[in-house]
Amino acid sequence: MAKELLKGNEAFAEAAIRYGLEAYFGYPITPQSEALEHLARRMLEENRVFIQAESELGAINMVYGAACCGVRTMTSTSGPGFSLMEEGLSYIAGSDVPAVVVNMQRGGPGLGNIQPSQSDYFLMVKSAGHGDFHPIVLAPASVQEIIDMMGLAFDLAEKYRTLVLIAGDGSLGQMMESAELPPMQPFPYPRPEWAVSGAVGREPHIITSLDLSPEGLERMNLNLQAKLAEIQKHEIRWKEYETEDAEVLLVAYGTTGRICLSVMREARKQGLKVGLFRPQTLWPFPSARLNELAGQVRVMLAAEMNAGQMVEDVRLAVAGKVPVHFYGRLGGIVPLADEILAEVKKL
Amino acid sequence: MRHEDIIISGFGGQGALFAGQLLAYAGLADGLHVSWIPSYGPEMRGGTANCTVIVSEEEIGAPIIRHPSAAIALNLPSMDKYEPLVKPGGVLVVNTTLVPRASERTDIRVVALPASDIATELGNVRMANLVALGALLKATGIVNVEAVMAQLELHLSERQRKWLEPNKAALLKGAEFVQ
Repeated sequence: MAKELLKGNEAFAEAAIRYGLEAYFGYPITPQSEALEHLARRMLEENRVFIQAESELGAINMVYGAACCGVRTMTSTSGPGFSLMEEGLSYIAGSDVPAVVVNMQRGGPGLGNIQPSQSDYFLMVKSAGHGDFHPIVLAPASVQEIIDMMGLAFDLAEKYRTLVLIAGDGSLGQMMESAELPPMQPFPYPRPEWAVSGAVGREPHIITSLDLSPEGLERMNLNLQAKLAEIQKHEIRWKEYETEDAEVLLVAYGTTGRICLSVMREARKQGLKVGLFRPQTLWPFPSARLNELAGQVRVMLAAEMNAGQMVEDVRLAVAGKVPVHFYGRLGGIVPLADEILAEVKKL
Repeated sequence: MRHEDIIISGFGGQGALFAGQLLAYAGLADGLHVSWIPSYGPEMRGGTANCTVIVSEEEIGAPIIRHPSAAIALNLPSMDKYEPLVKPGGVLVVNTTLVPRASERTDIRVVALPASDIATELGNVRMANLVALGALLKATGIVNVEAVMAQLELHLSERQRKWLEPNKAALLKGAEFVQ
């Protein structure tokens, strides 16, 4: 496939189709609505399922139902919609079924605005619903990366029977960039053995998050924790730029991560030894590697489009070895490279 | 290294976003990295519209920049906003039909041309975006005018097809303006 000029929202939607998305359920919200529009047309062309639900509550519970049937399924939304989906997300996690949710974050809290933001970090990484669980959270920084991460998201969701979130933001959704889509994958794919598919000639498969006995529910929770421990062991991803001789380490994800790439280049031009660490998974967080780097750099600066959320995980990771500073912009303002460079120079 | 950070700005309907897309398509066809990002706030009809296009030989970092190396101001509010921000040594293309003042900058190259009047003479005032784009291409050399004309063939909608040749002429007229 050749490179094309693709808009983030349309790119992840088309990538999802090519990676075998069988059923999409969603509700429009800026800044991700182009995804819904693209899927409304393309899913019908491919003879697959597209439903615009009555609300985000409806959409996530349709995803839950489809996932129980072993169908490759997803939804996409932005902050206010994600808040509404949390109950369903918890049921999905409690039921050990695979599902993918894209959150193109916008300014909050409340109705907020439609500009880019990263203020749903806590919501996605720390508390995607009631009960003890973590979804896998992927953090793409470019149109190409969100395309590639759609395939990864379905693979991880199905491998671990778990919830996978993609943490984008308004600018990633709205921007066009040169990128390459994957070829169409074989479809339909085989349904998993555990799926609910009509118990003809066999015992019924029961998928539920309910267990009224504390002993039973503790057992279920321990199994869930064992699965999460496996994910932490095998699925941590990040990218490093010029960390070998870095004295100052920038830590940033998604759009802020790529802005920090510009900061790093300009700093290097000016003779400052600056490196960049860009987490590609926010959960599991690349803590061990950050801790190693803390033994080598003088200081870290975490940059985010929020009031300081991921920075807490950075501080936990480095465990006091080096100072970790923070720079953030709020309300949908995208920090500019020269603002962050000015912060670097103060360190 | 070939690299330009470009902002194209005007009021809604002047085609700032489309001109930016054409430029991005042409950069892509030339094997360069490109990004295009629009202002997408809750805009009203006749309000401002702008986009940032980055065309580069290296992987693009920040898609949103403060200081463009080249800018097009299709109307006065765009001139007021971006004239002070163009990097020293950069290029500013000004649509003098709608910008009734000269640039005060002496450290940048200012290309002042009556883009809307030229477009009107060619048959449609709405082609002012491509007149200005033609001038920007010539002044920066980031991609050549022919490359953009080729993308126009591919991306002009069916409904607008009858404007293909006039649009090409608009690009050339703008380019000719730059010596």
